[in-house]
Amino acid sequence: MKKVISVLLIGLLSACASQTTQPTAVEEKPAAQAAAPVAPADPNLNPILRDPNNILSKRSVYYDYDSFVVKNEYRPLVQAHAQYLRDNAGARVLLQGNADERGSREYNLALGQKRADSVKNAMTLSGAKDSQIEAVSLGEEKPRATGRDEASWAENRRTDIRYQGE
Amino acid sequence: MTMKVDFMLTRSRQSSRHTFTLAFLLWLISTPLQAALDIEIFGGGATQIPIAIVPFAAEEKLKQSITAVVAADLQRSGLFRLVDSSGPALRDPRQIVYPDWKNRGAAALVIGSTVILPDGQVEVGFHLMDVAKQVQLTDHIMIVPADRLRAAAHQIADIIYERLTGDVGVFSTRIAYVVKQGNKYALQVADADGFNAQSIIEYSEPIISPAWSPDGTQIAYVSFENKKPVVYVQTLATRSRKAVANFKGSNSAPAWSPDGKKLAVVLSLQGGSQIFLVNADGSGLQRLSQSSGIDTEPNFSPDGQSIIFTSDRGGSPQIYRMPVTGAASGTAERLTFEGSYNVSPHHSRDGKSFTFIHRNSARFNVAVQDLATRQVQLLTDSRFDESPSPAPNDKMILYATEVKGRGILAVVSSDGKTRQELSMQAGDVREPAWGPLPRVR
Repeated sequence: MKKVISVLLIGLLSACASQTTQPTAVEEKPAAQAAAPVAPADPNLNPILRDPNNILSKRSVYYDYDSFVVKNEYRPLVQAHAQYLRDNAGARVLLQGNADERGSREYNLALGQKRADSVKNAMTLSGAKDSQIEAVSLGEEKPRATGRDEASWAENRRTDIRYQGE
Repeated sequence: MTMKVDFMLTRSRQSSRHTFTLAFLLWLISTPLQAALDIEIFGGGATQIPIAIVPFAAEEKLKQSITAVVAADLQRSGLFRLVDSSGPALRDPRQIVYPDWKNRGAAALVIGSTVILPDGQVEVGFHLMDVAKQVQLTDHIMIVPADRLRAAAHQIADIIYERLTGDVGVFSTRIAYVVKQGNKYALQVADADGFNAQSIIEYSEPIISPAWSPDGTQIAYVSFENKKPVVYVQTLATRSRKAVANFKGSNSAPAWSPDGKKLAVVLSLQGGSQIFLVNADGSGLQRLSQSSGIDTEPNFSPDGQSIIFTSDRGGSPQIYRMPVTGAASGTAERLTFEGSYNVSPHHSRDGKSFTFIHRNSARFNVAVQDLATRQVQLLTDSRFDESPSPAPNDKMILYATEVKGRGILAVVSSDGKTRQELSMQAGDVREPAWGPLPRVR
C-alpha cells in the first residue's frame, strides 16, 4: 500500500513568503519593531542614559542556566539604575526578562518573568519605587542569539532595562 | 501574495502487513455504537480497517477531487488502511462485484458520484458498503457550492469514520496555530488537515498560546505587540478583538472555562506568575493559585470543576491539579512524578486523562497520563515536541515538532501507533490548538 500520500495545493496565504531557517529571528532593537505606537528616542530622555562611558548605558543582566539570581558582576549596574530612578522620580523603566528556547513557551515566559522580577527586587531594595518599574517577560520569543549552543542560550538568559521614551 | 504550499501527509511508523479477523470487524459494523474499535491483530502493528474508496464518478470535472480528501482523512486517523481501488467509477451499488473487492482485501467499500447542477452547485452522493455481507451500511446525498467541496469530503469522511468506528469524526473541525515567516507572525486557522489556512491576525511581534472558545467562535491568544505579553480574545467572524488581560507585568496562558464564560490567565500582577480567573469580557479578576513560584499553563477539566497546571513549587516543573473554587495553596495536588520536567497539560475531552510534554534526558515528547491509574504513556520519540492539543474525539493529538530545524505540526493517534506530519513549505509553524466540533453537523 502507499506509504506516502503527497498532495499539492496552491494555497493563498496573506503573509509574504520568505526563507526561514531558525525558529526565531534576531531582533536587535525590539522597540523599533513594535507594532504599537512607540515613539522613537524621546528627545527629553536624559543623554546620560545613552553615554557609552556611563554605566547607565549598559542595560543587560545575564544569568546562569536555570538561575534567576542577579550575579555579583551585575550588582553595580543594577544599583546605578536604581540610583537613577531614585534621583529621577519621573523616570520609568520596563524590565524585559528572557529565557532560552528549550522547553514550553509559556513556562519559559514564566522563567523570564522570574529574571525580570529579580532585577526589579534588587532595584527596589536600592531605593527605586515600585511604581517606577514594570517587570515583564518576553520568554523565549525574542532571542538575541538564534544558535542552538550554550553561547546562544547564555546570551538569551537575560533581563533588559528599557527606559520609558526609548 | 499567492504562494505555493506543499502539504505532505507522511505516514510514519506504519505497521508491517497484518491479518485481522474479518468476522470480528463485521460484528463491529453491526454494532455501530461500539465505543472503540478493537480489532484483533496478528503479527502486531496498528489496528486498521481495510477500506477501498473508488474514485467518485465524474469528479475529474470538479476543481477539487473528493476521493483524495476522504482517503487522506481516513488514513490520517490511523484507523484505516487504504486498499487499491483502481478501476472504473461505480455509481450504483448494483454494479459492485463483491468477490473482486474481497480479493483486494477490502472490508469496507465506498462508491460515489458527483454531478454539477445547472446553478453551479455540486451534488455529491456516496454509498458505504460492507464487502463480506454485501450490504449497504449507509448512503448520503449532499448538494454543496463548488467552493465547499473539501468541506463536503470531510463530512463524508466523518460519516464513514463514525459508521465504522462508532466514534465521532473530527475531519470537519478546524485547527489554529502560529506561523512565523521571516520576522512576521500570523495566527492562522485551517481545516483539520491543514488546508484552507487563513490568517486571523498578523504582526511583526510574536503571538503564542492560541485557545479556542468552547463554541469555536473566538480565539484567545497572547500577543507581544506592545513590548510585553497581553491576552486578547478575538471573534473569528468579525475579527474584532479585546484585550481581556492587560495588567501591569506579564499576561499569558489563556484557557477557557467549559461554559465559555471565563478564562484562566497567568499574571505577574501580584508577583511571580500566578493563575487568575477573569470573565471573557475582561471584568471580574480573581486570583486562583497561591504559590511563591511559577504557576502557569492552566487547563480546565471538562466539568469545569478543576484546573491542571504547571508549577515549579516542588523545585522542578511538574503538573498539579487544584479545584476552581476556594483554591488555596494547600489544596493543589501533584500529578506527575516521573522525570524532572513535565509541562503543558491538556485534559482529554472525556476528562479521564491528560496529555502533556515530558522531558526524557534531552528529548521533549508528547505523553499521556491516566488520571485514575496515574499510568504514563509516551506517544512520540522525536526531539523537540511541544504544545499537545487533543482532538475533540480524543483519538488523535495535534502537536508541534521540528524537522531539520523547522517547526511543523504533527498528529499522533492516541495509542501512539500512527504519526503523521502536516507540513507546510513556507514558514515555521508552532503553537497548535485543535478546535471544537462544529455546532451543526
